[in-house]
Amino acid sequence: MSLMNEKEQRIAAIALVLFGAAAMIPFADDGYYLSLCVNIVMYAVLCTAWTLFSGPTHYISLATAAFFGVGTYSVGLGIDTLPFPLLVAIAAVASGVLAGLVGLATLRLSGVYFVIFTLGLAELVRQVVTWLQVKFLGAVGLYVFTDLTEKHIFWMLLALAAVVYITGWLVNRSRLGFAMRIIGNDETVARHVGIDVARAKVILFMISGAFIGITGAILAPRFAYVEPPSAFNPVISFQVVIMALLGGTGRLWAPLLGVIPFTILFDRISASFPNHTSLLIGVAFMAIVYFLPRGVMGLIDDFRARHAKSRHAAAGVPEAAE
Amino acid sequence: MDILVTGTVLGGTYALIALGLTLQYGVARIMNLANGENLVLACFCAFWLYTAASINPVLGILIIAPVAFALNWAIYVFAMKPLVDRAKNRGQLEIDSILATFGLMFIMQGVMLLVFGGQYFSYNFLSEPVRILGENYGLNRIVSLGAATLIAVVLYLFLYRTRFGTAVRAVSVSPQSASLVAIDVPRMSAFAFALGGGLTAAGGSLLSTYYTFNSSMGVIFTMKALIIVIMGGVGDVRGAVLAALLLGLAETAVASLIDPGLTLAATYTLFILVLLFRPQGIFGRQTA
Repeated sequence: MSLMNEKEQRIAAIALVLFGAAAMIPFADDGYYLSLCVNIVMYAVLCTAWTLFSGPTHYISLATAAFFGVGTYSVGLGIDTLPFPLLVAIAAVASGVLAGLVGLATLRLSGVYFVIFTLGLAELVRQVVTWLQVKFLGAVGLYVFTDLTEKHIFWMLLALAAVVYITGWLVNRSRLGFAMRIIGNDETVARHVGIDVARAKVILFMISGAFIGITGAILAPRFAYVEPPSAFNPVISFQVVIMALLGGTGRLWAPLLGVIPFTILFDRISASFPNHTSLLIGVAFMAIVYFLPRGVMGLIDDFRARHAKSRHAAAGVPEAAE
Repeated sequence: MDILVTGTVLGGTYALIALGLTLQYGVARIMNLANGENLVLACFCAFWLYTAASINPVLGILIIAPVAFALNWAIYVFAMKPLVDRAKNRGQLEIDSILATFGLMFIMQGVMLLVFGGQYFSYNFLSEPVRILGENYGLNRIVSLGAATLIAVVLYLFLYRTRFGTAVRAVSVSPQSASLVAIDVPRMSAFAFALGGGLTAAGGSLLSTYYTFNSSMGVIFTMKALIIVIMGGVGDVRGAVLAALLLGLAETAVASLIDPGLTLAATYTLFILVLLFRPQGIFGRQTA
């Protein structure tokens, strides 16, 4: 099972070193830069989880905020009675189930239905949660007091990131990943070779949703006070789409190339021009569609292809088919 | 009774927005997610025309709709046409247009936030009561329902009774076949996209007469309009009108009987029912 070829071993070693280095960050700074790094790792997890599903299927999911909020709420509601790790597990199950329900209702149909459904999902869950809270709890907000500090959150997110990458790698090697690649290339072909297309999509969407829910749960202690508008903030969904597409969705680690620059840029803009954030998101969407349709990863691939070509030409070797 | 009238008025306005969207998506094949922003912009224009130049918002449509028509024509030609030309298949175009109109949506929203700020706006127009069957209603609501009906009827006659309208419908059925019978598909698409924008803007000016609006509410309207379009069947005018009325009634019923905070839940319940039982739309025919 754990057969890795030489290239994979090398990548695993590099990844291990990078993760180790990242884990040291809280010792270097525990103020502004740590908080920025928490954001980066958070978006890295969200975008990678998003890409797990949306990369191969090309379905644009805007449900991130809904799963994230469900995760945050699982912790908010249970923090006084249950231990934190159990709540994180509950968050994963709750958002996985939500993803399953959404998937069953929409993934049998074309992609447009899915986009529309997920567009309003966060707002829908927010309305229902607010209503339930007002009706049964009498108050809209929840307090989350824990001993967890920023650096604990950072380490938990980092561990989660590792799990997401490993899951993504395993999925790619599994029958499910193979099925998804066929579905992404041609759904009709996939159906003809006997793949249960809807089932494969729903399973992958549930995996992706569960990871997003866990992220929301881990971040709950950071909010301290959880209320519907902040937990189900629809902007998160859009930011995740932008970052993932900016990086590229073809490879597991490609979204990271979009996450790092965009998180820093967004942080700068919202600190100095808080009224310009929608404008920034809008311009980013436009830039991706018109100038970077395959993301930064696409640029790198093009550059590599050109580089390889010129090297071949210089050595007089005929160009090899890739 | 109160629910019936209020719901119908709301449904009438939804119908115009959804008709706009169904033309844009059904004919021009562009899923315009910035349509709600178009609506909000029209609300602000109507507000501005009324307060600054005291132009009646219903007559203001005669100014606002043509401006929106021109603006949307420009959006189609400069922003959407390159995507249509680039796309290799329908799916690619769908993804590209969704992302591009998201961009447009945020840009329009951002500009409106900068210009008008985030607060709510409203103005008094014909807010005297009328008595219908023993209940009082705002005259502005009744007038806007009348105007919406008039616009929808004119649109129906145009699409089903004129040569030009038939050509528009032909493109919605099949762009390939339409070009075989000498219909200029790119021009028709641009026209349908612009007309859709004009209709939505008309809906926006009517809405502003009785509704409190702000810069960031567009996306909710886009969503409702999208759901209406799907309920009614893409490109289907009668279906869209019926679905809009249904949605208006369902929302008003939920808001007055259960809780005003649950209107979206009502919308989604209808949406899920349609997805599960009639994904091709109310009047849609089952395709193989």
